[in-house]
Amino acid sequence: MGAEKLLRIEKVSMKYYSPEGEISALQDISLDIAEGEFVSIVGPSGCGKTTLLNILAGLITPSAGAVYIQEQLVSGATPLVGYMPQDDQLFEWRTIWHNVLLGLEVQNNVNQATKAAAEKMLRTYGLIEFKDAYPSQLSGGMRQRAALIRTLAINPEILLLDEAFSALDYQTRLVVADEVKEIISSENKTAVLVTHDIAEAISMSERVVVLSKRPGTIKNIHDIVLTCEINSPLGRREAIEFRAYFNRIWKELDVHVEQ
Amino acid sequence: MLSNDLTTQAASAEHLAYLQARKRYRWRVTAAQILLLVSFIALWELAATLRWIDPFIMSQPSRIVQTLRSLYAGGDLFTHVGVTLLETVAGFTLGTLLGTFIAVALWWSDYLAEVFDPYLVVLNSLPKVALGPIMIVWLGQGMRAIIAMALLVSVIVTILSVYSGFSQVDKNKIKLLKTFGATKKQIMQKVILPASIPTIISALKINVGLSWVGVIVGEFLVSRAGLGYLIVYGGQVFRLDLVMASVIILCVAAALMYQAVVLLEKRFVKWQ
Repeated sequence: MGAEKLLRIEKVSMKYYSPEGEISALQDISLDIAEGEFVSIVGPSGCGKTTLLNILAGLITPSAGAVYIQEQLVSGATPLVGYMPQDDQLFEWRTIWHNVLLGLEVQNNVNQATKAAAEKMLRTYGLIEFKDAYPSQLSGGMRQRAALIRTLAINPEILLLDEAFSALDYQTRLVVADEVKEIISSENKTAVLVTHDIAEAISMSERVVVLSKRPGTIKNIHDIVLTCEINSPLGRREAIEFRAYFNRIWKELDVHVEQ
Repeated sequence: MLSNDLTTQAASAEHLAYLQARKRYRWRVTAAQILLLVSFIALWELAATLRWIDPFIMSQPSRIVQTLRSLYAGGDLFTHVGVTLLETVAGFTLGTLLGTFIAVALWWSDYLAEVFDPYLVVLNSLPKVALGPIMIVWLGQGMRAIIAMALLVSVIVTILSVYSGFSQVDKNKIKLLKTFGATKKQIMQKVILPASIPTIISALKINVGLSWVGVIVGEFLVSRAGLGYLIVYGGQVFRLDLVMASVIILCVAAALMYQAVVLLEKRFVKWQ
């Protein structure tokens, strides 16, 4: 993990204002993420996970602190960041090909080279036959892959996955997590996954960041080291250490179910 | 590529029976529809011939056909239909375009939307035909006033329904575009408008009907030609044949225009 720091979050705090008063969503978040790393952020609901992701994506400006990518201050959306929304959000009226080109279109960057790169990804990840199909003709897993290619087409340095698999049924979810992880590794991308699923976080990432209840602060950071034969999210779930990590993070999340 | 599991070559006996039952049911619906129309016309004709009803005030199918024929022979038929059709299409198109344009402006600025909200609510509940006399004073006794009526009747509904369609577009789709760095104009072009095409088409369907209302009322008030004029004139001189004939032409024209919008829908929302 001695690799270069790609993303630097420096003392980020976020406050929201409403007629009823002020809500502190995040407090003093500092975190460095190295190139090629896969980091998950887990936390109880309403802890500001999504707020943090929105800040990283440059959609909102933090009340205090700053985010740097490749030592550049993030102030607004940047092509360095690719965002994977919850639910694939493919546009039903566009074919898969035109969905994949969406980001490039918005950034006025549709040219021979970027189109060829997008087409190559469709071919590599088994979607080339569905290039001219509409999203409604694809299965949930294929749609998720198409959404990932749409994000990768703008060639970002960092991928932000916002509960990216939560809309899928359990079986599909496990398979898609495997596929997505493999694609991200083979494209050599850095990724930040926000999730409420502890097992998903452990199985996919090298580090798991646990946030506290509101105002969200970093409660703990776990380096995940697993002994397993197949180093895929599914394989990693087989590791003997898996359960121990799960229990530790579960306790830290401090979830109380109202009786 | 989806319906591979639905094989057609080896349809089972049960499946054939199911298909046949479905077909028979469709046929029964169509037969009943035709029978209803034919018996209504036949009964009307019979009742008038046998003097159960007074054909002078109730008219009669054969006399309506005769009226249509003489209108056609006199060359008046197409003038009247043409005038009304032109006014309706013009009012309908202008109302839809203007309404959509204003809806875009309201979407653009939340401030504008909030400022105009109470005015739109009041205008929406106002029966627009009440503004007819004002239009006539402002625009003169003629086609311009009638088109303005058709426009007025449809424009407010268009603004409200299209704007609410715009506001219902999935926030996550907009967020996705924003992460790509999209400008407000790009968000409008790439997601708001295409996602709202079904809403806009259903607004069109409502507007077809409303524009006819506007045009016919307008013609009642001012015109010297058109189907509304024929209806009012026929009523005044007690020529109920003429009134009925005009109503029938109106039915056909309105239905055809509605079908045109349905065709447009099929053309634009093929992804559904």
